[in-house]
Amino acid sequence: MQSNIHSVSLEVDKCKGCTHCLKRCPTEAIRIRDGHAVIITERCIDCGECIRLCPYKAKKATYDKLEQFDHFKYKIAIPAPALYGQFVNLDDIDYVLTGLLHCGFDDVFEVSRAAELVSDYTRYYLHDPHIQKPVISSACPVIIRLIAARFPYLLDNLLPMLPPVELAARIAKKEAKEKHPELKDEDICAIFISPCPAKVSYVKSPIGVEKSAIDGALSMSDIYFKLVSAMKKIKNPESLSKSGVIGVSWAGAGGESSALFNDKYLAADGIENCIEVLDQIENDNFSDLEFIELNACHGGCVGGALTVENAYIAKARLQSLRRYLPVSQNRVPPPEKDGREGVPEEFFWSSAPEYRPVTMLAGDKSAAMKKMMDIERLTEMLSHLDCGSCGAPTCRALAEDIVNGEASESDCIIKMRQQIHDLYAEHKTPESDDAGQEG
Amino acid sequence: MTEGIRFHYDVDGDNFTSAGEASVNVKKKLRQMGFDPDVIRRVSIAMYEGEINMVIHADGGEADVEVLSDKIIITLADKGPGIPDIEQAMQEGFSTAPDNIRSLGFGAGMGLPNMKRYTDSLEIESEVGVGTTVRMTVNV
Repeated sequence: MQSNIHSVSLEVDKCKGCTHCLKRCPTEAIRIRDGHAVIITERCIDCGECIRLCPYKAKKATYDKLEQFDHFKYKIAIPAPALYGQFVNLDDIDYVLTGLLHCGFDDVFEVSRAAELVSDYTRYYLHDPHIQKPVISSACPVIIRLIAARFPYLLDNLLPMLPPVELAARIAKKEAKEKHPELKDEDICAIFISPCPAKVSYVKSPIGVEKSAIDGALSMSDIYFKLVSAMKKIKNPESLSKSGVIGVSWAGAGGESSALFNDKYLAADGIENCIEVLDQIENDNFSDLEFIELNACHGGCVGGALTVENAYIAKARLQSLRRYLPVSQNRVPPPEKDGREGVPEEFFWSSAPEYRPVTMLAGDKSAAMKKMMDIERLTEMLSHLDCGSCGAPTCRALAEDIVNGEASESDCIIKMRQQIHDLYAEHKTPESDDAGQEG
Repeated sequence: MTEGIRFHYDVDGDNFTSAGEASVNVKKKLRQMGFDPDVIRRVSIAMYEGEINMVIHADGGEADVEVLSDKIIITLADKGPGIPDIEQAMQEGFSTAPDNIRSLGFGAGMGLPNMKRYTDSLEIESEVGVGTTVRMTVNV
């Protein structure tokens, strides 16, 4: 759990070593070394900003291909609801789900079905007087990784429930075995259709469970064209969709919160907004709020780096799709006990994420303090231009790298220019100056 | 034993939207030095409240944080109007914040009480018409 498996990779040939990704990485996880970008894996939280930003398309998300799963007898597609917002003039989700069957899947199970269960259980969970409030949504893996690295005090505020995609895979496999008793565990695979690289990474290094029930993750944009052409051939779609407004709304920012029927919530999207909100929560500024929904991508999951359509266009399409859906198709009757005890144990994490002090300068505090002192001194001597030419995102980051032995002062071109000027001034004797004038 | 490290911040009184930036910056540095999350949070809250107070009441001021291996000392100094009755100012709910500040959700009268609650010691020196200096210590 929480290992350093990431789904962002670099095509070295395409990378120009420019500073676009360097300067916008929210965790300062990128450096330019030897003319191309390098990711510091322990700092990366898989937000996908660099993939979105790269003007040369050198940053790529890694994900699985459907052919890799050909050896399974029974393949279940687990589509995220953001998928439904990717198509022009779609008026029925069943076209998408039937299309997936025509693409080579044997069955489909919507993430939105499990999302509706999570919404109901979250509502009961929030009634518990013993839990730490405000409760922070744990559906976005980027946010969990961010909190684990930067807001350790808020780890106890995370909703300790498995994300809908994990529960969807579990329930889908269980249902498949009931429908087809002849199938063995190893015959069935659950493949997530992911809107973002962070959830692809989640499958490889899950949070809250030892091993994910999801066997692989495809990119929404990768399967898109195959799916569109399959959908065009459908005359009568099968009746497959089993979720409602609540589940489908999880695709956009604010969807998870509005399903709680509780106005004491805050929903923020975009990683920089999420960081600001977390800083304020840590300062106890929202004591009257019950629930915080944070989505690393602008617009929510529809804004994921593996989607095809613009986040806000996709969100508008979902609004019209939702119009004829029931509120929910997966209601949980009120449990006998309210609060945490009303939620089945299998919905909870089996292990909680832990603090990962990735920015710590040294293992021992006094060594770290000494380094900090050197960093402060060095930072003062640098230009504060934050130009990025040295390969670090800011002058301060360069100072940190120098102190950590990963860079040197001569990497700074401003410093270098100063040194050349000094050298020139030193060697410029009065005689040589006169000679110059005579010549 | 390592000698202390000092961080100095000018807290801008004209810019309300940047209030709280110094505490966010200190938090990041304490994390880099490996302080306990609970200590970091206490320092951050106490400093945040102090920063906001200086912006609301004193048109800004200066914040100094001294980090030692066993304690963190936060000193906030301003040249504001001063506090006429410190005992009264320490009471929860007591506030002299103007209406426009209250409309932003501040001025609940929890600033000084929170600073006391989250630190191990709080000393206030204040002279009306001259300014206020608040010194807080968080033991590690």
